[in-house]
Amino acid sequence: MAETAPKGGALLEIRGLVKRFPGVLALDGVDFTLRAGEVHALLGENGAGKSTLIKILTGVYWRDGGVIRLGGVDITPRDVADAQRLQIGAVFQEVNLLPNLSVAENLFLGRQPVRYGLVDNRKMRQRAAEILSGYGLQEIDPAAALGSYSVAIQQVIAIARAVDLSAKVLILDEPTASLDHQEVEMLFQVMRDLKGRGIGIIFITHFLDQVYAVSDRITVLRNGQLVGERIAAELPRLDLVAMMLGRALVTEGAGVSRDRPIGTGAPVVGFKGYGKSRYLAPFDLEVHAGEVVGMVGLLGSGRTETAKMVFGLERAESGSAAVDGQQVHLRSPRDAVRLGFGYCPEDRKNEGIIGELSVRENIILALQARRGWLRPLSFREQEAIAQAFIKRLDIRTPDADRPVQFLSGGNQQKVLLARWLATEPRFLILDEPTRGIDVGAHAEIIRLIDHLCAEGLAMLVISSELEEIVAYSHRVLVMRDHRQVGTLTGAEVTVDGIMATIAASA
Amino acid sequence: MNRRFLPLLMTTSVFVLGYLFCSFEFHNFATVRVICNLLTDNAFLGIVAVGMTFVILSGGIDLSVGSVIAFTTVFLAITIEQLSLPPVLAFAMILVIGAAFGAAMGACIHYLKIPAFIITLAGMFLARGLSFLLTTDSIPVNHPLYSTLNDVSIPILSGRLSLIAIVMLLVFVAGGILAHQTRFGTNVFALGGNLTSAQLMGVPVGRTMILIYTLSGFLSALAGIVFSLYTSAGYSLAATGTEMDAIAAVVIGGTLLTGGYGYVFGTFVGILIQGLIQTFITFDGTLSSWWTKIAVGVLLFAFIGFQRLLLIFWSPRNRSAESM
Repeated sequence: MAETAPKGGALLEIRGLVKRFPGVLALDGVDFTLRAGEVHALLGENGAGKSTLIKILTGVYWRDGGVIRLGGVDITPRDVADAQRLQIGAVFQEVNLLPNLSVAENLFLGRQPVRYGLVDNRKMRQRAAEILSGYGLQEIDPAAALGSYSVAIQQVIAIARAVDLSAKVLILDEPTASLDHQEVEMLFQVMRDLKGRGIGIIFITHFLDQVYAVSDRITVLRNGQLVGERIAAELPRLDLVAMMLGRALVTEGAGVSRDRPIGTGAPVVGFKGYGKSRYLAPFDLEVHAGEVVGMVGLLGSGRTETAKMVFGLERAESGSAAVDGQQVHLRSPRDAVRLGFGYCPEDRKNEGIIGELSVRENIILALQARRGWLRPLSFREQEAIAQAFIKRLDIRTPDADRPVQFLSGGNQQKVLLARWLATEPRFLILDEPTRGIDVGAHAEIIRLIDHLCAEGLAMLVISSELEEIVAYSHRVLVMRDHRQVGTLTGAEVTVDGIMATIAASA
Repeated sequence: MNRRFLPLLMTTSVFVLGYLFCSFEFHNFATVRVICNLLTDNAFLGIVAVGMTFVILSGGIDLSVGSVIAFTTVFLAITIEQLSLPPVLAFAMILVIGAAFGAAMGACIHYLKIPAFIITLAGMFLARGLSFLLTTDSIPVNHPLYSTLNDVSIPILSGRLSLIAIVMLLVFVAGGILAHQTRFGTNVFALGGNLTSAQLMGVPVGRTMILIYTLSGFLSALAGIVFSLYTSAGYSLAATGTEMDAIAAVVIGGTLLTGGYGYVFGTFVGILIQGLIQTFITFDGTLSSWWTKIAVGVLLFAFIGFQRLLLIFWSPRNRSAESM
């Protein structure tokens, strides 16, 4: 029992937490309070600052400002081991345990029972079996390699390790992502048990149903700032979605005139019943010249998956695709590029820019790929293209030879846009084009989208920023659970309309 | 559970079959004496291979071991013969130097985040270059302690187990316990399994990494002492390519080259297989000694291919995990 922090009292207090990364303020004075014996959901979209906060708590990152108090004592976790000593344990979604070690070794790594300097394997396995039986995993052999068990079981073992390790604070980062319904129930039961023992649990998930099933309190972050803390039972689902997606006032003048005539005739791209089992439910999508189709949905709802299928990164198992009314096959991004598609991915740093290459090299990349490597662009052509786009998109760089990693997020995004615009595309997919860039650049990107649309480009834009989507989209598609659940057109395209569609209980 | 032993089982069967084949082929092959000689001839290789096993288990590589052996022999020859230091003092000094050299490489790998391949390649050139700087000649060591130590042996039936073979066997036993029975050993496996996961699970990555290369450096120096006793000379060109033989022994012994899976005992069998091939060629008399390299090459290729196949079979439905 946690005598130091009576049930209901503040166990972990975070005040004014600040974390800066080059060009981004990841956490901007965030407060967070975890009470003993509660499950506290920490929610927010990508880039909200959830993982940064967790990484500071577990000592992976060091904070730039603010206070963290655990049981009233100021702490600064220096590394994961230090966090463990402070009794802050975490289970991460992606990085699990070590599949090459035995189950028992995974449970006891770093604190194996030792006799005469040697690991006491018999005792360790015995204790591992005891721990596992508490989770209904009696049939697991503690001596077997962890990798020989399913991902779900590995996840439960990860939780067992963290629970056994931390007596005060347990962080569960998307622990249910790979568990089936029954296993999720089992996990919730474990969480309730631990709650009863006075442990504070920070629960991160993007399944809203699970948030309501197990959480006592909910804290929502957005763009590195605290939106608010609420009692779960008193927070309607629609309000929660509103907190997560934000509803600040739209700046006037940025909106498109939605009554502008859109090219009738055949759409530039048309997808019918396009889908892939276990990836994305079949969907229809038509985009006309000069039309911006917005796509919204919470994290993990299938937005990026749609973009990847449309761009040929994932092959469809059903349905057909057409460009200008002609049937086409999209088997790879090469096909997509040949058909005049462009795709600016969500993960700009890893999937978009090539940081070590210069602005010029990044800009000509797609054009060169489309021409084939046997017909290289001369240096003069490259320079001309790069200069033209630096001017046209107002890319702020000292010169075209600067490695693109030294540019700010907004300018990197413009370089990515330039890369595709150089190929003179017909259809452009933008996945979160304004994420992680500052306000000024934000407005510029939105103006650019408007501008390109007026020039007759067909665009599919994915964004979590609802005001933005409302400002430039002619139509909005709403995604939920890897499925298109609604289309809003004309006057229906409002922030409230979108949120109501997202929140409509499945 | 059992399939983890599969590579080890394969290696051991290859050795047993090879040994039986040789025994049928040559009438006086199956004697304790042949085995003892095999152990003595490969003592230095066995010792560095133990260090190499730790390095490879952790997902690294150490290319400097051959050069450190050469440096050790030259260092010993010069300090004992030219500076007249007592051999025991020289031994102690070189063991400390070897360990420090390894620790420095480990620190570079961890703190500067430079691949082990590059750092130890630099270490390889450095140690080899230093030994040339000391001398380019082969210096004989005539200290009486050398002949005394070389005469120490345990008679077993028809053979005699020499001191350096005993040292190697002890290193293997100690290495086996360290790898499989201690927290440090588990940490080594953890590093080789997944460095990020290991870090997130609170494994002291830096300390473990530095200790691994310290151990490898220390054992290289020890192998150098053994080599110095074995040849009674110091020569800067000695033990060229030993790092490759050691890596081959480790991999043939069933340790995964990418780290995380393997057994110290497997490396011992790997050494025995290499020694067996050499002995076979000596017995045959007509074959060029380069056939050793060809046979080792073929075996290495076969084992790596085999491990790759095993890994593909083992990964339990990796794709289903990322589908959601």
